[in-house]
Amino acid sequence: MNINNIKKQFPIFNNKVHNNDLVYLDSANSSQKPQMVVDRIYDFYTKEFSNVGRSVHYLAVAATNLYENTRIMMQKYINAKDPNEIVFTKGATEAINLVANTFGQKFLREGDEILLTELEHHSNYVPWHYLRKLKGVKINFAEINNDGEITIESIEKSITPKTKMIAITHLSNVTGAILPIKEITSLAHSKNIPILIDGCQGAPHLKLDMQDIDCDFYAISCHKMYGPTGLGVLYAKKKWLDTLPPYQGGGGMIREVKKEGISFGDLPNKYEAGTMATAQVIAFGESIKFLNQIGIENIEKHESELTKYGEEVLRKNNSVKLVGNPKNKGSVLSFTLDGIHAHDIATILDEDGVAIRAGHHCCQILHDKLGLSATARASLGVYNTKDDLDKLNESIYKCKKIFDR
Amino acid sequence: MDLKELYQEIILDHGKNPRNLRKTENFNKDAKGHNPLCGDKVHIFLKIDENKNISDISFEGSGCAISMASASIMTDLMKEKKEKEVKELIEDFLKMIKESPEMKTKIISENEKTKLMSLSGVKQYPMRVKCATLAWHTLTSAMNNSQEETNTEKFD
Repeated sequence: MNINNIKKQFPIFNNKVHNNDLVYLDSANSSQKPQMVVDRIYDFYTKEFSNVGRSVHYLAVAATNLYENTRIMMQKYINAKDPNEIVFTKGATEAINLVANTFGQKFLREGDEILLTELEHHSNYVPWHYLRKLKGVKINFAEINNDGEITIESIEKSITPKTKMIAITHLSNVTGAILPIKEITSLAHSKNIPILIDGCQGAPHLKLDMQDIDCDFYAISCHKMYGPTGLGVLYAKKKWLDTLPPYQGGGGMIREVKKEGISFGDLPNKYEAGTMATAQVIAFGESIKFLNQIGIENIEKHESELTKYGEEVLRKNNSVKLVGNPKNKGSVLSFTLDGIHAHDIATILDEDGVAIRAGHHCCQILHDKLGLSATARASLGVYNTKDDLDKLNESIYKCKKIFDR
Repeated sequence: MDLKELYQEIILDHGKNPRNLRKTENFNKDAKGHNPLCGDKVHIFLKIDENKNISDISFEGSGCAISMASASIMTDLMKEKKEKEVKELIEDFLKMIKESPEMKTKIISENEKTKLMSLSGVKQYPMRVKCATLAWHTLTSAMNNSQEETNTEKFD
C-alpha cells in the first residue's frame, strides 16, 4: 500500500495552511474527501441530476438506479442480509434518534432502563435522554476501567431485569477503546435485549460484518468514511424495520393517503421521508469504492501501525500524558500537556499546519469521569504517515517552548 | 499572524498564575459563565458596598490561558471601581476585542489599557475571541445578578 499515492487522491493536501503543508489529524471528527467523491457530486449535478423514486422520465430513472445502487454497495460493504436493512439518514445522529424515537414509542414504558456506557458521544446519549421525560425511562452507564475501556464484565454488571435496550459505541472517539461488540451483542441477546452500536468511529477503520456481529442496529456517519456530509446510514435488522413505526412523515414514505387515514410504504421507503440527500448518497458510492480499492484490512493494518508509532513517540515526550490505555485501540491519540490547556495546544499546532481537535469531543460524561475539562486529540486516517506524527510531536515541543519562556 | 502576539508574556503570566482566583467572602452578587464550545468555565463573585463600589471581585474556574488571563486581568482592574465605571469598561473592552483598534475609556491609565490590549491578539484567531470575552460577559451577568448561566454562544 503506497500512502503517497493514496494521499495524492485527496485534493485538500494541495493547499497550504499558514504556509505549511497540512498535517490533518482530525479524521475522527471528519475525514477528508478523495477526488473521486468530489467529482461524483459535480458530475451528478452537472449531467445526471433528478429527484429519485418519483418521476418516470429518463433522468429520474437513472438517478433512482444510482441511488439504490449505493444501498446495495453499502449492504455488501457491511455484509447485511438484505439491502432493505440499509436506511439513509442525514447522519449517524439521526440514525440513533430514529431508533430511540421509534423503539421508545413502541416498546418502552415507565421504569424501563436503557444501558449506555461512560464512553458515549453525546449523539448516543441525548436521543435516549428525551425518553426520560417522555416515557419515564431510566438511563444507566456501564463504567470504564482505568485504561479507558469497557469490558464485557462492566456491561454484564450493569444489566438489570429492566434493561430494554443496550446502546454502545464500537470505538471510543476519546480513548480509542474498541469494544468487544460481538461478545456484548451475544450477551445482550442471551437476555433478550436488543443492541444498538454507534459505529461512527468503527465503520471508517474496521472491517464490518453485520451478520457476524449480529447486532440489531448499527449507526454510521458517512462523512467520517471519506464521504459527503449530511449523510448517515442506519443498519437495522429487517424484523425491526418491519415492526417499528415510521420516524418522520412526508412524501415518499407512504402507500396511500386519504382524508380518513394513511398507509405507509414498504422498506426502505418507510424510513426515508422527503427528498433525500441524493447527490451525497450517489457520491458515497464512490467512498465505498475508494475503501474497497485499498481494502479495509490494509487500512486497519496501516492505521494500527501508525497508532503504535504515535504512542511510542508521544510517550517519549515527557510532557505528554496519553488519555486511556486500551489493549485494543483504534487510531485515536488523546492527550494532555502539563500546564497547557488543550485549546492553547490546538492554536499553537495550527500555526504549523497541524490540525487536531481540542475540547471534550462531545463526551462530557467521560471527561467528567476522567477529571479533565478538555483534552487534545490527534486522530488518524488512511492518508496519514509517520512523518505527520513526527510533526505533531515537534509542534508539541514548540508549545512547551512558548509556554515555558 | 504571530503566536508571540497572542501568547504575550503578560498573558502567560496571568494565565499560569491567575490573580483573584478565589471566592470572595460574603459576596453579594455572582454569575456563572460557560463556553460550551471548549468547556471553559468561570464563576465570578462580587462584593458591592453601599456606595455601589466594587469592594472585592474574584473568580473560580478553569480554561485556556487566554480565558484565565482575561479573567485575571479583568478582576484586577475592576477592584474599587464604581458600578457605572465597570459597565463602561466592559463595553469599551468588548468593542476593542471585536472591532476598535484601541480603548477609548478614560477611567483607567494608559498602562492598564496596554494590559487589556495584550488580549487583542485573539482578533487574528476568531475561534478564540470567546475565550477572551467569557469573563466580561459573565461580569455583566453578575452585575445584573442574572441567575441564568452566561453562554458565549449567545454573543457574537
